[in-house]
Amino acid sequence: MEDLGAAFGLALELMAAGDPELVGIVRLSLAVSLTAVAIACLLGMPLGALLASVPFRGRGAAIVFLDALMGLPPVVVGLFVYILLSNAGPLGALRLLYTPAAMILAQTILVTPIVAALSRELLAGLQEEYADQLRSLGIGPWRAIPTLLWEGRFGLATAALAGFGRAIAEVGAVMIVGGNIKHATRVMTTAIALETSKGEIALALALGLVLLALALFVTGAAALLRETAARLAHA
Amino acid sequence: MPEEGAILPLEVRGLGLAFGPRPALKEVTFALGPRGLTVVLGANGAGKSLLLRILHGLLPPGRGEIRWNGRPPGPAVWRRQAMVFQSPVLLRRSVAANIAFALAARGLPRAERRRRLAAALEGCGLDGLARRPARRLSGGEQQRVALARALALEPELLLLDEPTASLDPAATRAIESLLLRARDAGTRIVLVTHDVAQARRLAEEVIFLHAGRVIEQAPAAAFFAAPRSAAARAYIEGRLPA
Repeated sequence: MEDLGAAFGLALELMAAGDPELVGIVRLSLAVSLTAVAIACLLGMPLGALLASVPFRGRGAAIVFLDALMGLPPVVVGLFVYILLSNAGPLGALRLLYTPAAMILAQTILVTPIVAALSRELLAGLQEEYADQLRSLGIGPWRAIPTLLWEGRFGLATAALAGFGRAIAEVGAVMIVGGNIKHATRVMTTAIALETSKGEIALALALGLVLLALALFVTGAAALLRETAARLAHA
Repeated sequence: MPEEGAILPLEVRGLGLAFGPRPALKEVTFALGPRGLTVVLGANGAGKSLLLRILHGLLPPGRGEIRWNGRPPGPAVWRRQAMVFQSPVLLRRSVAANIAFALAARGLPRAERRRRLAAALEGCGLDGLARRPARRLSGGEQQRVALARALALEPELLLLDEPTASLDPAATRAIESLLLRARDAGTRIVLVTHDVAQARRLAEEVIFLHAGRVIEQAPAAAFFAAPRSAAARAYIEGRLPA
């Protein structure tokens, strides 16, 4: 920590040179989190649409439960997946612990409720607006689900970005189920934690800058989506 | 052309609906013949929209009997109807895609969908707007799209709930002339409005609703020349309630 300036310079150098270790970590981070978010969207968006469109007994409770799951602490999810995948656990035979697959599973569990809850909230607003018109056209609550998903496409993209922001930035879950193994399961957040504790500020700083850039990208993309939606008067 | 038999004439007897202790519709009884344009006239809160929504199956009737050509209400009946709402509810797609969506929802064969889409766009003067995002249009154009979408379904009965309440005179006139054209082509039309002038322009028959009851049902000429009830007289003279 004695020379922050030098560490910063070194970080920029690593980035400019495309340091293989740095690049490998960033690529694994993106692969794990993008896969997890893709699965979370496939599960969470239809679930959100279903909760928005189809009335059933206990729907209110289900929505409260889903909203509560948005706040799942990553370490708790990590612990849960660890127990699931550990040798003695129910899925131990799959031997997935300390692999990227385990990390994807953990992040999917973490992000699906976020995507589902945000989707539900957005689509419930649309449903309210469309319900009578769709029923007039003979479209019931189940058949309305694909319509709502398509009508809400811009807002849903924002929900996906929010999920990605959560996944790429979390450290607790991937640390526990991935183990932060060099060249195997080391991602940006776990690498930053390790390098910082070792005093290797330069690599940590470089990874931190990449994370920051990604956060900026996500925010920018969300703003761009909103603007596009408004321009097309599709909002 | 009716594949399952016509849904008109309609007979409504003793229809009632209550939200809480206050009845919104009371002992509503009337009949609709198979042709023409009927205006359901009355003040805000008279129960006009509720009545229309019950006829279209969007609200369950509280009590009473509804018979569509002798049959009880159900999806087969509602499929033969189309409804236009006060504020047009258009999907976040192009004008053409909005109409195509409704036709696809009816499960019509592709060639038939294409034919009806072209006819609806042309008939409602929307050819030039077909590719435009529907929600980008003006209020009058949007309502014209909603009407085109409803007409494309070739309904036996077209229900309209205050379709021009928030439109300017030019847009209102465009909607009204489309309605008259549809009527002349054989579409049965029931239009809800609180606008006496509009009722005078369009109605062949008037159903006057007051405080949840049908006070009068009469041919338009007779109704406007000599309303039988004091409530209707006051309403068409434009007197404000005390």
